Parts: sequence; C-alpha cells; structure tokens
Amino acid sequence: MNIITCIKQVPGSSKVDVDPKTGVLIRDGSNVKMNPYDLYALETAYLIKEKYADTIVKTITMGPASAKKVLEESLYMGSDEAYLLSDRAFAGADVLATSYSISQMIRKLHPYDLIICGKQTTDGDTAQVGPEIAEFLGIPHVAYVTKIEEVQEDGILVRTSMEDHEEQLKISFPCLITVDKGTLVPRLPSFHRKQRFTGYSIQTFSLKDLEDKDPSHYGLEGSPTQVEEIFPPNKKRDSISIKGDKKTITNSLFEILKEKKYI
Amino acid sequence: MSYIKVNQELVTKEVAEKLIKLCPFQAFEYNDSILSIHSGCRICKICVNKGPIGVCEFIESKQQILDKTKYKGIAVYIQQQDGVAHPVAWELIGKAKELARITNEKVIVLVIGHSLDRIAEEALEYGVDQVFLYDDPNYQAFDLERYTNVVEEFFQKHKVNIILFGGTLQGRSFAPRIAARLQTGLTADCTMLDLKENNDLLQIRPAFGGNIMAKIHTPNHRPQMATIRYKMFSAPSKVKPFGIITKEPTDSISKDSHVHVLSLEQKPKGKDISEAEVIIAVGRAFKKEKDLELIQPLMKSLNAEVACTRPLVENGWMDPRRQIGLSGRTVKPKLIINLGISGSIQFIEGMKESELIISVNNDPDNKLFAISDYAIHGDIYEVLPELNKLIQQVWSQRTV
Ligand SMILES: Cc1cc2nc3c(=O)[nH]c(=O)nc-3n(C[C@H](O)[C@H](O)[C@H](O)COP(=O)(O)OP(=O)(O)OC[C@H]3O[C@@H](n4cnc5c(N)ncnc54)[C@H](O)[C@@H]3O)c2cc1C
Ligand SMILES: Cc1cc2nc3c(=O)[nH]c(=O)nc-3n(C[C@H](O)[C@H](O)[C@H](O)COP(=O)(O)OP(=O)(O)OC[C@H]3O[C@@H](n4cnc5c(N)ncnc54)[C@H](O)[C@@H]3O)c2cc1C
Repeated sequence: MNIITCIKQVPGSSKVDVDPKTGVLIRDGSNVKMNPYDLYALETAYLIKEKYADTIVKTITMGPASAKKVLEESLYMGSDEAYLLSDRAFAGADVLATSYSISQMIRKLHPYDLIICGKQTTDGDTAQVGPEIAEFLGIPHVAYVTKIEEVQEDGILVRTSMEDHEEQLKISFPCLITVDKGTLVPRLPSFHRKQRFTGYSIQTFSLKDLEDKDPSHYGLEGSPTQVEEIFPPNKKRDSISIKGDKKTITNSLFEILKEKKYI
Repeated sequence: MSYIKVNQELVTKEVAEKLIKLCPFQAFEYNDSILSIHSGCRICKICVNKGPIGVCEFIESKQQILDKTKYKGIAVYIQQQDGVAHPVAWELIGKAKELARITNEKVIVLVIGHSLDRIAEEALEYGVDQVFLYDDPNYQAFDLERYTNVVEEFFQKHKVNIILFGGTLQGRSFAPRIAARLQTGLTADCTMLDLKENNDLLQIRPAFGGNIMAKIHTPNHRPQMATIRYKMFSAPSKVKPFGIITKEPTDSISKDSHVHVLSLEQKPKGKDISEAEVIIAVGRAFKKEKDLELIQPLMKSLNAEVACTRPLVENGWMDPRRQIGLSGRTVKPKLIINLGISGSIQFIEGMKESELIISVNNDPDNKLFAISDYAIHGDIYEVLPELNKLIQQVWSQRTV
C-alpha cells in the first residue's frame, strides 16, 4: 500500500505581536518546527505500515528550501521517502493555490492509496488544505479521523469524532483523510534511522516538474483570496470599576444585569 | 505573474538583515550576497512599504477582470440533520440580512436533504427572500460528494455572489471541497464580515492562534465563500414570512459516493459548559462546598451554567467537565460572571473570548479585572446575599 503524508513547516511559536504604529508583525526569531498536528498524520501512517507489510510512506511538503528540515525529521521518524515542492512561483499561495500545487505534486507520485493530512496548521489555521487537495485529485475525503480501525482490500474503516457524535465510516481507495489527535502519541526521530538516511538526498520538485506548468495557476496569481491587511486583535476592554459599600456595588451589579436583559 | 522584485544592486548585508527581520513570513534568504524571496512569501508587501526604500518592488501583472454584476444574492447554506437545522444557520441569516441592506441584495437560503418543508418554512420566518430546496431521498443523510455536486449545480444555476457556511466540523470539511470545485476562495472562521459598494466581501479572521487578525478579500472570483463559527453572530428576530420556496430538480445531479457511514453513536451528553450562553464561574474564594449554594438564585434567574477554576475540581467539589481553562474547557458565553477568581493565565485562556465579562473580587490587584468589562470590588460573601435579596424581590413581584 502507498501512503502519502503531507506536512508543513510552521513558526516555532504562534506568539506574534503587531506593532500598532507600523502594522509590522514582530515575531521571535527564525525558529520553525513541524506543524504539531502533522505529527499525528505521520504517526497514523507509521502505525498502518507496522501492521500491513509492503506499505510505503512518502512524505511531502510545499515550502522553502529550509523546509527540508521537517522532511528529514519525518525520515528519522518512519517515512520511507521525502519530497520537497519549492518554487518562487508559489509565493503568495492561498489555500486554493497551495492545494492545487500539492495535488499536482501528488499526481507525480502516482500510484497512491491513501493521503494523510493533519487536521489543521498552527499558522494559517484554516483546516482547508486537505479537503481541497482531495477535490483537486477527484478522490473522497474524510476529516477529523481519530482512529483507523481496519485497512481492507478496497478501502479503509475509520472513526471520526464530531461535535455530538462519533461515526464509523468506510472510504474507498484512493482517498484522503485528515487526522485529529485521538489517542496517538507521535514517536520521536530515531538515531538509528538517522544513520540509515545519511547521504539520502531529498528530491525537490519545482514548477517545471509538474504537469500543469502555467504559472498563473500558482502562487498569488492562482489565489482567489488576498490578505489585504494584518492587524493586532482588539483585546482591550474598557474595564469599568465598581467600588463602594456592599449595597451600592450589589445594586450596580443588579442594574447591569437588568440593563443587559439578563434579569 | 505578480511578484516582489528585489533590486539586488541596493542589497547590502544590513539591508538584507533588516528585511529578513521585517518579513512576517520569513520568506527572505540571503546567500552569497544575493537576497532572494522564496515560496513562504504571502506578498503582504510589508517589505515594499516598510522596508528600505527601493529595495523591494511589487510587480503586478494584468489579470482578466471579472464582471461582478453577473453575480447576485447572498446565500446561506443550512446544515441540517433529520429535518432540524443547526442554529448557526439562523445566525448566518442574521448576518446575511445585515450585509444585504448595504447593497440591496437578496438573501437566499440553500437546503439539501429530504423532507425539508419545515426547515424551509422556518427559514422564511427569519425573513429571507428565497429558499431553494434540493429534496431527495438520496440526500437523507449528509454525504460530502453528493452534497458538493448539489452546491455546484446551485451555483451554476443561480450565480450567487456570496455563500456562507457554518464553521461546524461538517462545514469546515464541506466548504473547502466546494471552494476547490468552484475554483474560488474560502476564508475560514471569519469573525467579522462587511460588504463593499462593489459587492466585494471583506472577511476578517484570526490566525496564528488568535494572535493576529487578517483582513481578506476575494477581488476577482465568485462566489465569495466564508465559514463562520457557531455563536459569532445573532439570529434575527422572526418576521411575517414574505419569501418564496422553490423546489429544485435533483434527477440529473450525480449521486456517486465513496464514503459509507457504518455506524453513528451519540456522545454521552453531559452538561457542556462550552455551549452555555451564561456562565457563573466560581473560584477559590468559596471556603466551603456548601457556600456554593449562594449562587443558586443567581443561576436560576440568569438560566446560567456553573463553571469553576481548577482547584475546585481538584478538591472534588465540581465535575472536571465544568473546569474552564487550558486544561479544561474553552468557553465563549454571552455573559460570564467570575466570583472570587484570581485570573491565572491558564484560566483566562479558556474564557477571554466571552462577550461580557463581570468579575467580583476583593483584591483590586487580581489579574481578571484587567480583562473584565465590569470589575466589581467586593466580597462575594457580602455581594451574593445582597444580590439574592434583590432577585427574590423580582420573583415575588412577578408572582403577585
Ligand atoms: C493570517 C493569514 C490568514 C490566512 N487566511 C486564509 C484564508 O482564510 N483562506 C485562504 O485560502 N488562505 C488563507 N491564508 C493563506 C493560507 O494560510 C496558506 O495558503 C496556507 O498554505 C494554507 O494552509 P493552512 O496553513 O491554513 O493549512 P491547513 O489547511 O490548516 O492545513 C491542513 C493540513 O494540510 C497539509 N498542508 C498544509 N499546508 C501544507 C504544505 N505547505 N505542504 C504540505 N502539506 C500542507 C498539512 O497536512 C496540514 O496539517 C492565510 C494566511 C495568513 C498568513
Ligand atoms: C499546567 C497547569 C494547568 C492549569 N490549568 C488550569 C485550568 O485549566 N483552569 C484553571 O482554572 N486553573 C488551571 N491551573 C491552575 C491555575 O494556575 C490557578 O492555580 C487557578 O486557576 C487558581 O484558581 P482560583 O482563581 O480559583 O484561585 P486563587 O488563585 O486562589 O484565587 C482566588 C481569588 O479569590 C479572591 N477572593 C478570596 N476571597 C474572596 C472573597 N471573600 N470575595 C471576593 N474575592 C475573594 C482572591 O483575591 C483571589 O483573587 C493550571 C495550572 C497548571 C500548572
């Protein structure tokens, strides 16, 4: 069985401040890490591999050359192969253009049975990339999978967790799932595997390697949404202090609740 | 292709360092005296506008311009199960009606399922102009592939300008599928929406875990799509229905499906404080478990759920499902009253998005006051009995 896992490199911390005067994002340093939810995508793939022989796990990411780091990490954790999709033509990609680019890359890695994505990222935080990749590939998808119950000849049995109920579903291959944390504990990169992959070179794809080479389908041009402005959230409230003897303050509280129509 | 051009002749080591620091997306790379921009770039143009003058330049290419007058109406997708609508749909109708007033658009509702007459009537009571029903036994249960085909058909036929989806788990999986099918943009989890005169939708959403807000638009594609979380907006009041209901044919829409639901189990229902509209949160100021009875009249009159800080769970007074905070639940009620809570970071993270925050504490330096709308300087053992008297008065007036 062939599994493709999609991972993304994200900022090491989501702590960002915006300079209120200049509107510039202030972020601490250049530290980056693997999107934490993607660790569960990888772990899901590795558990299938352990159970079903002849499973190959390929891991891909779209990002800058420096994103090779997270791909290496995946190799040391359990992936068999890793591929980077990187090109300046992808700059400014929104979800649609990102998903389209990734789907083009996945077509190059044919054949595949199962694609596994994380539930969402900690930076863009849209949770939309997985479903859109599936649509571009014309395959079914199921989001928020918490457990793989069984891998069958023609499909996979999964469990998902929705707001008020759980579902058990069967999806036919090829398909895409996005996984939630469930009960998974992601494994750590192993030293042994690291040694095994010394000298392995991660193959990089760029626009010219894809089937659709029209640059207007990628990057900013291929992105229907555009970020017009970024600003700090308005966290401040005009806190009103109420002081006085117990009768005064209680009356004020009562009046507030009445005014807001709660009493 | 639009892109940011780096004028290398102006690049020095200092300039490169400045730009690397300035870029919120870490998209610059400086190697061998060449400063390049890689695919991390979001073309936010901060480097052009705020960077060293002239180094970065925005090169814009001409795009085909869309005829926006061809797309009319604000559509709301109603998520339903067994003929019952998810209440987020009514909230979206409320917002859609507000937006519609700006440019005089129609509010349109789209329902997919089977036996939908009741939902259609209900939608009309919220004052929408038009309801389109795709009613078919094959649509009895939600099916991602079949439902996507329906929305595609709906859009091709009615050319709506906007489609809004509830940001439920189902909506968050469904809407992107449709966006990809229709080759258009989708903004996730919007907290604010506005409409420009030219019918462009302004979508504001948090990102980076709520640390920044982004204003996003979809200038050249239709429909404009957004998901909005439950309880962001308010349902409108009901009116005398005036809209019309249209049943759309479903015969020619493909019903292929590759996902089959084998079983469905309801999760055990505990009182879920994450859903509560009004919460009274109690903290360690309560000295004995029995003292919690002091909040009973207030709970009853506000129809509130009780929640607590972690110490009250630890000493066994409260069910863990009632704990607010990082290691408990995140809540976003319309009103939260905090009684004797110091406002640890772990607690605040779980409730800071509440709409109206009232806190009672006898220590003026507690950290909760700063994020409260009303900071009541007082002792809970004085305020609560006093408040209960006032509540009793209201009740006795009512029964007279
Ligand atoms: C502040 C801000 C707000 C934004 N809002 C929107 C918006 O509302 N709509 C929109 O269309 N775009 C938006 N974007 C752009 C969007 O974040 C990027 O296009 C991003 O690539 C989309 O992914 P995400 O981070 O949301 O991923 P998600 O959809 O949350 O990611 C889900 C999964 O998809 C896979 N995946 C995601 N990205 C990659 C990748 N590069 N390589 C491999 N696998 C990947 C991973 O498995 C991941 O776990 C926004 C950008 C910013 C900076
Ligand atoms: C890893 C970790 C995770 C945690 N997760 C959570 C979490 O999810 N949720 C959570 O709540 N905590 C959590 N905590 C604990 C948290 O750090 C605080 O200890 C806790 O929130 C304090 O609860 P409190 O405000 O009720 O108590 P205290 O901090 O003791 O505050 C009591 C407050 O009541 C006031 N007071 C006392 N008497 C009166 C009176 N008579 N009238 C009026 N005011 C009075 C005091 O001035 C004080 O401000 C976590 C801690 C850790 C280390």
